[in-house]
Amino acid sequence: MLLNSVLLALREIRRNLLRSFLTILGIVIGVSAVITMVTLGRGATQSVQDQIASLGSNLLMVRPGQRMGFGGGGGAPGFKEADVEAIATQIGGVKAVAPEAHAHVTAVANGRNWATNATGTSNAYFDTNNWQLASGRIFTDAELRAGASVCMIGETLRRELFSGAAVLGAQLRVKQFSCEVIGLLAAKGQGAMGNDQDDFVLMPLHTLQRRVTGSLQVSSLMVSLLDGADADRFQAALTQLLRERRKLSTSDENNFNILDTKQIADTLSGTTQIMTTLLGAVAAVSLLVGGIGIMNIMLVSVSERTREIGVRLAIGALEREVLLQFLIEAVVLAALGGLLGIVLATIASIGLSQVMSLPYRFDAAINVLSFAFSAVIGVVFGFVPARRAARLNPIEALRHE
Amino acid sequence: MNDPTSIEPPLIRLRGITKVYGQGQAALQALKGIDLDIASGEFLAVMGPSGSGKSTAMNVLGCLDTPTAGEYLFRGVHVERLTRDQRARLRRSYVGFVFQGYNLLARTSAQENVELPLLYRGESAVARREAAREALASVGLDGWGHHTPGELSGGQQQRVAIARAIVTRPTVLLADEPTGNLDTQRGREIMDLLRLLNVERGITVVMVTHEPDMAAYARRVVRFVDGQIESDKPNPHPVGEDAALAGVH
Repeated sequence: MLLNSVLLALREIRRNLLRSFLTILGIVIGVSAVITMVTLGRGATQSVQDQIASLGSNLLMVRPGQRMGFGGGGGAPGFKEADVEAIATQIGGVKAVAPEAHAHVTAVANGRNWATNATGTSNAYFDTNNWQLASGRIFTDAELRAGASVCMIGETLRRELFSGAAVLGAQLRVKQFSCEVIGLLAAKGQGAMGNDQDDFVLMPLHTLQRRVTGSLQVSSLMVSLLDGADADRFQAALTQLLRERRKLSTSDENNFNILDTKQIADTLSGTTQIMTTLLGAVAAVSLLVGGIGIMNIMLVSVSERTREIGVRLAIGALEREVLLQFLIEAVVLAALGGLLGIVLATIASIGLSQVMSLPYRFDAAINVLSFAFSAVIGVVFGFVPARRAARLNPIEALRHE
Repeated sequence: MNDPTSIEPPLIRLRGITKVYGQGQAALQALKGIDLDIASGEFLAVMGPSGSGKSTAMNVLGCLDTPTAGEYLFRGVHVERLTRDQRARLRRSYVGFVFQGYNLLARTSAQENVELPLLYRGESAVARREAAREALASVGLDGWGHHTPGELSGGQQQRVAIARAIVTRPTVLLADEPTGNLDTQRGREIMDLLRLLNVERGITVVMVTHEPDMAAYARRVVRFVDGQIESDKPNPHPVGEDAALAGVH
């Protein structure tokens, strides 16, 4: 009986192809909107997480100043190079500690110039910030100690200044001095904040301090932890150590802050997840409107087919059989809408992910969920018209013009 | 064919059937106490002016409607005590309907129209197809199964409707003005067909008509006036009896 009813419903749908299509249009749009929103949202979350992972996992960024976040550190003193050694030796669980000093510079090579950032650091920077060399070599200990005129450049710099020309061994002028390019860093692409991670020139800390900034300050410390290290306990120990080294009395507040990339990652992916949920909810409303569309058309269909229902009842259809027929018709319609919606959503998601350069991943759960939801909508909104059809008086239905 | 004097109860027995529509001052008494026995194998014509209650009586006979008061025994079953679903089951097993306006499903092939009642009896697709083809052949529409009602003439549509009514091998065929929408010639063809089904298959036929020409095919004519049976007479010489019999042999 059930299979029969489904076949009957399909036949009925085929009999009114255009109307059936218009009926399910709302569901199609609703389902595809929900799936597309959620898929894109998940892609965005994924991409944020990937970018933060590219920063290095288990990374703590220590900056001067009390304020959390970027741009803090107004009057607070910077760090000293000795802090690096102290952290590495006095606290357990450290994988690498890299000092960082920054300067805005204009880099010149091949007769072209480019405004960029210069970062002075040590080889530990590769560990802490998860950088790889595309070609060339890292700094030697002698170069680091002496502050030799050597540097490495990011992919953006290579593209802007060298384009096709050989990079290794070339001279790059930064401010008043020239350095020899010894390495090219592998590209990381866009960062979590939409910044270009590859737009910088890397040199030994001493080189930057002596030749560019003229100050012995270290503007931030990057500390990466060993896998499995207890980040909370480590952070407490680090805070304690830095307070001692910066000679803060117990009544003083910290004049530095520690940023855990994992926290940033959690915050950012939390935000994108909320956005995903919100967009999905808005799309779900359109799914609901689609359901009302089905109810509307089914009600029209019932009054249009009153005589037919009368005939069915007269020749012995039970009330529940007519109910089932109309209900199944609504469910089959809604399910077809759901299927079409999934197809449309897949096309839209793949296309939009490419346009927005987000990773596309087929999300089975949301597809199944949306499909099931559209079928449920068929049941819910098909019920009222179906019951109206089933409760018709056969005599009056037969007399209906 | 039953012997009227047999002690076996007749196929249909109506006793004191009344039907009232509406309530209080506006109440309309459509049937005012009908007593009627119909034996198995009869061919009965119901006549009467419009508003005489003959349609209401047909609805009660077809188990589509319940009487306000009175007893209706169908094969010994008290129809007036049945629920809506029980009456539907009775209809699907024993009653075939033929309407004045054919009432075929539009845009649906003749074959599928005829299969419809079998669908509700839960028969297999193969059995349905075979039975429907057979029913269409027996009304003279062999090979017309794939045509939709829109492609068929009125007479052909009524034949499809008759095929739909007899495909379940019902005991009773209730025809409400089956020739009302047809010209005389097509009407006579339909009557010959009903006649043949009555004689050949022993299907009890009860037919409402206001055309004396068509009523002349029946072997018994019941006349309704004002909600009551005015006359109930046998027709000793039904039209086409010989022709129908000749068709059988």
